[in-house]
Amino acid sequence: MLATLAPLIVGATGLVAAALFLFGLLRMSSPVTAPSGIRVAGIGMALAVLASFLYSANVDAAAQPHVLVNIGLAVVALALGGGLAWRSGRTVAMTAMPQMVALYNGMGGGAAAAIAAVELLGVKTTGSTALAVTLVGALIGAVSLSGSLIAWAKLDGRIERPLRVKGQQAINALVMGVTLAVGGWIVCASAGLVDPVVALPTLIYAFFACALVFGVLMTLPIGGADMPVVMSIYNAFTGLAVGLEGYVLQNPALMIAGMVVGAAGLLLTLLMARAMNRSVANVVFTRFGEAPGAHKQGAIVGSLKPMAPGDAGIAMRYASSVIIVPGYGLAVAQGQQKLFEFVTLLQAEGVRVRFAVHPVAGRMPGQMDVLLAEAGVPYDAIFQLEDINADFPDTDVALIIGANDVVNPAARTDKSSPIYGMPILDADKARKVFVVKRGEGKGYAGVVNTLFYADNCSMVYGDAQVVLVQMIEAVKSLGLPVAA
Amino acid sequence: MYNAIDIPGLAALYIFVLAAFAGWVIIGRVPAILHTPLMSGSNFVHGIVVVGGVYALLGASNVQEQVIGFIAVLLGAGNAAGGYAVTDRMLAMFKTPDAKPGQRNRSARVKHLHAKH
Repeated sequence: MLATLAPLIVGATGLVAAALFLFGLLRMSSPVTAPSGIRVAGIGMALAVLASFLYSANVDAAAQPHVLVNIGLAVVALALGGGLAWRSGRTVAMTAMPQMVALYNGMGGGAAAAIAAVELLGVKTTGSTALAVTLVGALIGAVSLSGSLIAWAKLDGRIERPLRVKGQQAINALVMGVTLAVGGWIVCASAGLVDPVVALPTLIYAFFACALVFGVLMTLPIGGADMPVVMSIYNAFTGLAVGLEGYVLQNPALMIAGMVVGAAGLLLTLLMARAMNRSVANVVFTRFGEAPGAHKQGAIVGSLKPMAPGDAGIAMRYASSVIIVPGYGLAVAQGQQKLFEFVTLLQAEGVRVRFAVHPVAGRMPGQMDVLLAEAGVPYDAIFQLEDINADFPDTDVALIIGANDVVNPAARTDKSSPIYGMPILDADKARKVFVVKRGEGKGYAGVVNTLFYADNCSMVYGDAQVVLVQMIEAVKSLGLPVAA
Repeated sequence: MYNAIDIPGLAALYIFVLAAFAGWVIIGRVPAILHTPLMSGSNFVHGIVVVGGVYALLGASNVQEQVIGFIAVLLGAGNAAGGYAVTDRMLAMFKTPDAKPGQRNRSARVKHLHAKH
């Protein structure tokens, strides 16, 4: 009785879960409904996991004696993996969010690869098509696992700089070629077309090893500011791997959820690449800023004009409108809270303050938005590039904190610049521009920012947090707002 | 292992293509400001892989399969639980603007966002 009913319950729950996932993601289209969206999706997940234990009613004869042990193992694995990840997810600092998401994403890819490994080593998959799908899923999952781990190490500051060796692309192509060849060999040998020569399990292990190595090699050369693209790619990869393994296990819930995420990751990848005016292939395969003659620049007119933080703060106090352009440097200096405190002061004085966020600011798509939200900035004070760019000419002050390349006017005019064509925030068109910066260094692209030399631009040197504290003190020293 | 569902290859392609379109359209509606929670949220969604891990582990008939199946469930559970925890935390931070002077026009924008759905 249970044996016939169990698969139906599992199937029905999977369907409900898939529907709840889609509904949850649909509710993410507005900050107002988004919190309920993730909860709806969470209910779907909980139901699906609970129902999955019903699989124990229909295990093969060979697995029958182990079923109780297996159930125990599954409970332990769920509690252990879920518990640890839950704790880390609850406690991690918001600035460390990109590496956490990379880590969780790698875990998903690893899980998909492990499922494939069980299927392959146990020779549970029959038919060449199903076998090939298993292998492709295993490949993508394994690449996502090792690649995400490298991305995590980079984002967490454990790997300091991009590692680049000569002929890297040739090496990567070779490793990929070997992986595919081994995979093809496994399919042919399993179909009885060729003599495997090496034992099949050995081939399978070699296949996984090659795939993992490829993930490492693919990610190592990619620089920090390109991470939004990399994160999106691996998100899509894991989704795809889960979808393919879902087909192998004949589980439509996995197929739907995996493919939806795959499409989402692809869309985000394209959006991020477009925001940098580069192709995805260019991000992954090109050594950015190293092209010959890339550093050649037109003559720079003007000079850098330093300004005291207090003076800049007071100038903004008497402005009527200010747009703030935050960048990754703000997150590094942990200055979000102080920034919002300063903004609140300005608003109390009647200054109209808005935030302008570039799509690729930060280390994952939308990271600056989250950091501002954490500091207490209401989401409708945060504007995206296309919504606010036209307002810069009517703005008294553009305050740039920890951002560089995304406000470099060279992207509009200088055809020889490596960032030429990248959509930028038109901060240079504001009446005054204040740039808060640690020193005179260049941005990620290694390009001199002509904005800093413009007549309307002043440089406020120092750590973003320290500078903001000085600005707050300067404005406060003018006395309490009359209106309050 | 007995499974009530048997999806032929072509039907699988139907599911994949339709799911991909659904994902593309749904995700395309998400504003850029929510891209990080969206990414961790979709990250959570592919945590459904844990169900596949449970399937593999429950059907394990030797130590090798038990070990790999255990790893699959462990990683999948981490993916799902971690993805949920960070997404929920981040979304809770997106505050509705409170009534501050000079911000009246903004509540209209929120209503507009509401009205769209």
